[in-house]
Amino acid sequence: MAFERILLRNVGRPNSEKIDTYLEHGGYQALRKTIHEYTPEDLIAIVRKSGLRGRGGAGFPAGLKWSFMPKDSEVTKYVCVNTDEGEPGTFKDRLLVERDPHSVIEGAIIASYAVGACRAFVYIRGEFFLGVKRWMKAIDDAYARGFLGKDILGSGFDLDMSVHRGAGAYICGEETAMLESLEGNRGEPRLKPPYPAQVGLWGQPTLVHNVETLACVPHIVLRGPEWFASIGTEESKGPKIFCVSGDVEKPGNYELPLGTTLREIIYEHAGGIKGGRKLKAVVPGGASTPMLTPEHLDVPMAFETLSKAGSMLGTGGITVIDEDACIVDAALRLSKFFAHESCGKCTPCRVGTQHLVDILQRVEDGLGREGDVDRLLGLCHGIVGRAFCPMGDAAVNPTLSSIKHFREEYEYHMQHHRCLVAS
Amino acid sequence: MLAEEQKSILHSGTPTQKQARRSMLLTALYIAQEQHGYLTKDAMRRVAERLGLPLKDVYSTASFYSLYRMETAGRYVIQVCDGLSCHLADGADTLIDYIRQQLGIEVGETTRDGLFTLQTVQCVASCGTSPALRINDELYENMTPDNVNRLLDQLAGR
Repeated sequence: MAFERILLRNVGRPNSEKIDTYLEHGGYQALRKTIHEYTPEDLIAIVRKSGLRGRGGAGFPAGLKWSFMPKDSEVTKYVCVNTDEGEPGTFKDRLLVERDPHSVIEGAIIASYAVGACRAFVYIRGEFFLGVKRWMKAIDDAYARGFLGKDILGSGFDLDMSVHRGAGAYICGEETAMLESLEGNRGEPRLKPPYPAQVGLWGQPTLVHNVETLACVPHIVLRGPEWFASIGTEESKGPKIFCVSGDVEKPGNYELPLGTTLREIIYEHAGGIKGGRKLKAVVPGGASTPMLTPEHLDVPMAFETLSKAGSMLGTGGITVIDEDACIVDAALRLSKFFAHESCGKCTPCRVGTQHLVDILQRVEDGLGREGDVDRLLGLCHGIVGRAFCPMGDAAVNPTLSSIKHFREEYEYHMQHHRCLVAS
Repeated sequence: MLAEEQKSILHSGTPTQKQARRSMLLTALYIAQEQHGYLTKDAMRRVAERLGLPLKDVYSTASFYSLYRMETAGRYVIQVCDGLSCHLADGADTLIDYIRQQLGIEVGETTRDGLFTLQTVQCVASCGTSPALRINDELYENMTPDNVNRLLDQLAGR
């Protein structure tokens, strides 16, 4: 059965980015309802009840995050919209901000109202030039119609919103690095705790959310938390945009309930493996998440089930790898990304990722030395849990998981000085 | 005294002037880069003066982000994505080879007429529409040698 499009309901319409199109299809009704019917406390309770969890990778319960923001109305509070989508294999937030920016703006206004923020900052990846233009136009239009600015819809609630363009640094997707970047600094993560909800932008309590998370909010307000919580699994509620890429017939964004199996996503929605070839491995939630194998095809794509299977939901960016691909090459490409993007703040990540690339490269080139696989494993264990921020733990996942599932392919490279697949 | 000051910042609603100026640094660097296509030392010095920051802070921040260039580049910087998804989709490698041949340069080099620089990058969030490339600020998806050829001709004014 086809699943109703919720988050992606507007993206296919002509002029979907325009405010009039958004308004024609029920846009900003959730904001009206919010302001006329709910107090901030009501909203926090509603979002908690919905079971919404963050869609940026970590999956933290959104309502809980909102409730951590201080209630003191005298304190200046901020909201940040994290549009720094850079996780390899992920391309959902770009779609939302380019084609339906108002759905995210509406969610951000509601969130700001709930936590009492006076200003919302949109931090957008520097490469998303079209996204920057669309955001800025959408914000201007929202001001012109009275959804932003002073006394929004006669409520007495004021909110300003502005766009800040990043400049090419994956790490700025990490919330505290993003705050540093917003302040005009190098995007190096801060020590947590304190979390941004206590000490965030310019030291003020700050609520940071991913684009897709905020896009869920208007729907929760309009259709109720029970409706939202009726979609998905026990611990993973609501719709999710799955980005499918790599060796599939029909790559693209597919919106499905959380808990849909990898098999259904890959074979029913994305048209199966390219050229009818066999599946070899899947990176289920962006480059940071450990690879899975065909035996995991029936694992539901949900936070708890993927974690049990030894991986993570991450961003929901599914990269499909078929039997013709070299697994060492796949791990090498992903590791190169992390080595390039390591911010340099801590040694395990900065130096460790570089060593990983060096060893993976020589194994891939058929120049591997005896003990290199164990050397790789040793390096990974030296990085995990010792890096300053979660990126270090993420950076070892391609190597660790590919060795776990395909060690014989590594060994073949070492013994035969060439690739198992190409031969 | 300090506590009072902190309290006033906490309740002020806006960052201090100094903080606000500093937060303009990334934007200022983009503007400074437009003039010569990369950040000259002079440009960074001007940014430092205008924002009241030490030059070393401006350089430190600029050098952190990959969209700021410290060296001259071609008028059109072509960045082809060779991330895992684009590579698997069987298009990125062919595309890179094709552009290398057409322009007669290697990855990382600039054509002699200063028109094109070729680079590879990882992930431009177009994994579903690969192969993808960026030329300056524009994104191009589902690229084939044919439409790359047309694009290059158009940019070169041929």
